[in-house]
This record gives sequence, structure tokens and C-alpha cells, in this order.
Amino acid sequence: MSRAQVSEGTLIDYRHEDRAGIDVASLFEAFDPLRGAKLSILDESGAIVDKQWMPDLGPEAILEAYRAMVLARVADTKAVSLQRQGRLYTLPPNLGQEAAAVGSAMALEKTDWMVPAYRELGAWLWKGVPLKVVYLWYAGSEYGNVFPPDTRILPICVPISTQLLHAAGIGHAIAYRGGSDVVISYFGDGGTSEGDFHEALNWSAVFNCPVIFFCNNNQYAISCPRRDQTRSETIAQKAIAYGIPGIQIDGNDLFAVYRATREAAHHARSGRGPVLIEAETYRMGAHTTSDDPGRYREKAEEEAWKGRDPLLRVRRYLEAAGLWNESLESAALEDAGRKADQGSREAEALPPNDADEIFRHAFAELTPELQAQKNALKTFLKWKESS
Amino acid sequence: MPVMTMVQAINSALDSKLADDERVLCYGEDLGVEGGVFRVTENLQSKYGRRRVFDTPLAESSVVGTAVGMAIAGLRPVVEIQFDGFVHPAFNQIVSHVSRFRYRTRGRMPMPIVIRFPSGGGVRALELHSDSPEALFGHIPGLKVVMPSTPYDAKGLLISAIEDDDPVIFMEPKRIYRAIKQEVPEGLYRIPIGKARLLSEGGNITVVAYGAIVRIVQQAMIELKKESIAVELIDARSLYPLDTATIVASVKRTGHLLVVHEAPESYGAAAEIIARVTQEAFYYLEAPPARLAGHDTPPPLPKSEDLYFFGPERVAYEVKRVLAARP
Repeated sequence: MSRAQVSEGTLIDYRHEDRAGIDVASLFEAFDPLRGAKLSILDESGAIVDKQWMPDLGPEAILEAYRAMVLARVADTKAVSLQRQGRLYTLPPNLGQEAAAVGSAMALEKTDWMVPAYRELGAWLWKGVPLKVVYLWYAGSEYGNVFPPDTRILPICVPISTQLLHAAGIGHAIAYRGGSDVVISYFGDGGTSEGDFHEALNWSAVFNCPVIFFCNNNQYAISCPRRDQTRSETIAQKAIAYGIPGIQIDGNDLFAVYRATREAAHHARSGRGPVLIEAETYRMGAHTTSDDPGRYREKAEEEAWKGRDPLLRVRRYLEAAGLWNESLESAALEDAGRKADQGSREAEALPPNDADEIFRHAFAELTPELQAQKNALKTFLKWKESS
Repeated sequence: MPVMTMVQAINSALDSKLADDERVLCYGEDLGVEGGVFRVTENLQSKYGRRRVFDTPLAESSVVGTAVGMAIAGLRPVVEIQFDGFVHPAFNQIVSHVSRFRYRTRGRMPMPIVIRFPSGGGVRALELHSDSPEALFGHIPGLKVVMPSTPYDAKGLLISAIEDDDPVIFMEPKRIYRAIKQEVPEGLYRIPIGKARLLSEGGNITVVAYGAIVRIVQQAMIELKKESIAVELIDARSLYPLDTATIVASVKRTGHLLVVHEAPESYGAAAEIIARVTQEAFYYLEAPPARLAGHDTPPPLPKSEDLYFFGPERVAYEVKRVLAARP
């Protein structure tokens, strides 16, 4: 049975029009992974190459998105620089993936859930995570996982693709309660080799969970290139096996990212189940600050991708539309720099933890075992202080 | 008061909590339509519907991983892993997330999850159907680990586990699923997690056991009594947290300790219990504390199972060895 038949058999309103007049089925049909087409709207020169799919975004929305991308880049660059100074610990740089992060986050509602991997800084900031909290995580504090109430974002997830099952579970809970929220979950090209990736897509499809599986295909899993990760021609085509829509998009194209995520969200929100998005992008920096990409990839490749910079093309688009210029650019960079400085200052101002802190939150209440261990540590520390 | 086996008591606990709390969901492999391979969840799906009691794809990592997401979204999932030896595919989710999310998020995302599975051997089963992995979980910070030995305790402990705001590994000794019948109240009651049960007071030796082994020790005690050897028997019930105080108090009275479990000996629960008693009651000990445990081999297949899983005779033998020890 084809996917269309499954959908038509279980859903009455398959070709649903959303508020913006988007025909959900047709985007995923037009970019059916088997056709080998990739959604690309904004090219490297800043021109709209596919008017049909250009999202209905006003100038204000595009400017806001661009400023968010600038903030993500400036904050990320600042973090890498602080790490080099020894003021932050190992962290995963975001350089080059700003459009995928911001474009996907801005396609969602404030009440939707976000389940990160660890390289979606622009999305977290859009979602409402304060920069101070981001820097706290990089500074080695669990408080880097404490977000303002009702932010509906999960912490950074270190073990690859395990978070996708959490997204499926949240989606399941939404469906159980009959809610209209959706979940977006991020992972990389390497993450598609993990069993949990397959389990999460399967579960979400079986139980019709409203989950967007957003793959940041940044071409490398640390040193392992995408071609060595899977024999599939695209990652998007893996969706076919689970009976759900999949789409490959230019992940450095803000408009393609927004459009695809927006429609995936609409698909999920209207009860049609999960969608797999493969956003082709490039990790312009290292995997983490402890990694040296010079060992496994060519300079020429890095140079080629610089031309596809996700910020540059939005800037060119805005300039051509008369919405942006050099002085606005300087002002935006300055503003982002100020915010990043403030965030890092606030994070660095956090006092060191005391002995109580490391025992807190292992359980709702300390077990007798932990109580004894805490007493032993405090007794020692007291002795150390007095001697 | 109705008389129940452990299977029925666990079913009654799930039934009571499903009725009591809309946030409780029960799911796992073959748990819905079939009622579980041991019929522990029989009739629950027909009573509460497929939204709340359901079969999952055959994927243990999913069963536990989705529970993490559901807990974050405010539900209280009670999931079943079909057999002890099938918990391993879910191990990553348990160790990396279930046990850590509260700590990771400074209490913002607690994990009120129960992971149930039938455990232990002695039932002539296939490979990976007779394992006792409690020490694996007892070693992981952030998990509570319990194992009942009676229908009454099973129901009360499971209700406590479901109401607990922290994750609980609830191990069900499959060997005694139907071996014991006991009066079990209808409706809700709780056995606190972290409290051992002193089954018999006054004796020459303290024996600590849990799960299916408690009954074997009780059988040994009948023979030992004929030789005027009285045992203070403690059912640990909860392995983490462990009720050290009850065990230590008993050893201070008896001066002797034997810990018995069917899980492999090395790095097992007995090692932990003996370490704690040695630290806290060393000067009360009249003989070296001892342990009787499974061998450091996989549980063998049925043909040689009886050489691995001991009975009352071996327990009585080890009790007498501890009491006979001389410098």
C-alpha cells in the first residue's frame, strides 16, 4: 500500500489547506524522496529561485529571523573564543547551521515542544532559552539545563539520537491528551545510524505522534563523512520505510527550512503523524572545540561551503529588497555582541557550588545512602578547612 | 478479603492505579490484547481501553525511551519489559536518561516511571529468561530497585512505585508468580520503598534475602529449627534504597550474617549488604559474614539449572557453616 493510500484510508481531510493557504500534501508529494528533488528557495546570491514555495513571510518576520541568525553566530563565536581562553569547557560550535536552527524554530508555535541534540543554538534562543543559560552549560553547570518555566525545551542530549524517543513519548502524550501541540526533534546525519532513530520514527508512525524529525545533515559525524554513514542516497528517503512523508531541503536556506518545517508542523498538528526533514547543511567549524577537522576533510571543501553561508544569502536578499544595509548590519552585530557579553558575564558570575548542591536532585528526597555520603564529604571538608 | 497470587496482586495494583490516576499508562510487548505472557495485565486493556493499556512495537529501547518523554509531558508511565534478559536493549535509555533526568535538570524534569519485568530463574526457561540483573540497576545513581516476595508486598510496593516521583525498577520474581496465595486488600494501600521486613525475630543468625529466595529460606528454617537453629529472616524488599538500619540491628542481636540471592555472586547485592554490615556492626560479628549466591556464569539452561539455582537444603548447609566457623 502506498503512503497516499494509507493517509486517504485513515484521514478524511487529506488535502487540507492551512491558514496561509498551504496545501500540505502537495509539498510532500512534489518533493517525494523517490523523485530526488530537494527544496531550495533562496539561492547563494540571495535570489528566490522557486517562487511557488516561497513562504508567506513579511519583511518584519524575515528581519527578525536574520537578526536571530546573527545573534546565534555572534554568541557561538564568542563561546568558541571564551573556550580558547579557558573560560568555558568543551563545546560544539554551531557555525554554518544557523538557518536550519532559526528557520525550523520560527515555524513552530511557542507552545510546541523542542527536543534538541546539541548543535541548534539558534533554535534554543528562538525558543526562549536565555544566553546566560547556554553559556552556563558550556561552563560546566547543570543550571545550563534549567530553562524559564513553560519554555517546553529539553536539555542538550549527549547520547546520539536517544532524544528522538523522548520526542516520540512527548508526542504520544500530546496525542493521548488530545492536544494540538507538536514536537520538533533534532539530530544529525550520524544519528540516523543509531537504533533509536529507527525506533522513534517507527513508534511515532505507528501511534501517529505529532513529531517533526529534523535531521541536520551537516555532512560529518565528527570525522565520519555522510557517505560512510548510510548507503541510502538521501536521509529523507528513510521516511518511506516508516510510511511517513520525508523531504530533503537546502538546510542553509532559511525560507526552505521555514517552509518545510511549517508544513510538517501543520501535517503533525492536524493529526497526520510524523514527518522526516533532511536539511542539508555544513558544519563549518569543528565537531567540538577538542576536534581538528583538518585531519579528515579538505580545505577546498570548506571553502566551497563558505559560499553557501546561510547568513550571507539572507543578507543579500534583504539588501536587494532595500531592507538592509551596512549600518543596519553593524548595528545588528553590535547588538548581538552586547547580548553575548551580557550572557557570558551573567554565567561567569554564578558562584561555585557547595557540597549540598552535588547531592541535590539525585532523587526527590535524599536516600539514607546519600545522606551518609553527604555527611562524610562535609565532615572531611570541615576538617580540611580547620587544618 | 480476596485471596490472590502475586500475578493477581500486581494486576490489582495496576488496576487500582489506572482507576485512580488518568496520568498512569501501562504499555509493553504483548501486554494489551494478550494480557502479558504471564497474564499479569489480563483484562486491563478491555477495562481501560487501548489508549491507556497498549501493545507496543517490539522495541525495548522505545518502551523505556518514550516513557521518558511521557514523564516530561506529565504522565506516569508504568512500562513492562517482557523478561529480565530483554531489559538490556533498553539499558541505554535507563542509564543515560531515566536515572539522570531529574539530576540533569536540577529537579525540573523528574522521572515518575516504573519499569516492571519478571525476573530470576528456576522455571526451566530459555536463555535470557532466567536472569537476575538487580545489581546492575542498584549500581546506577538515580534508580530505586525493589523486589517483592509476597502478593501482599507486591501490590503495596507497586502502588508506592507508581506514586513515587522517581524511577523505580520493579522486579517480579517469576518463580513465585503463582506459588503463594495470600489475602490482599482491594483498592489502594502502600508498602514504603526502602523498608525491609523482619520476618522472624530472635535467633543465632541473620539471613537477608529477597524475592523468590525468601520462601526458600523459610523452607530451610523448618529443617534448621529441628536442630534448634533459629534464624532472624529479613526480606530486604528494596535493594536501593536499602534498609541498612534493620539489617544492622538484627546482626547486632545475632552476631552472624548470611546473605542469599540467586543473582551472580561477584559485585552482587550480598557484597553491598555485607560491606555495610561490616562497617556498622563489625565488633558485633562473631564469625565472618557469608553469602550464598548464583555462580559467576550465565544461568544455565534447564538441563543443569538445579546445579545453579539452590534449594532449602543448600541454604541450611550454609547457615550451619557460618555458625560453625572458628578462627
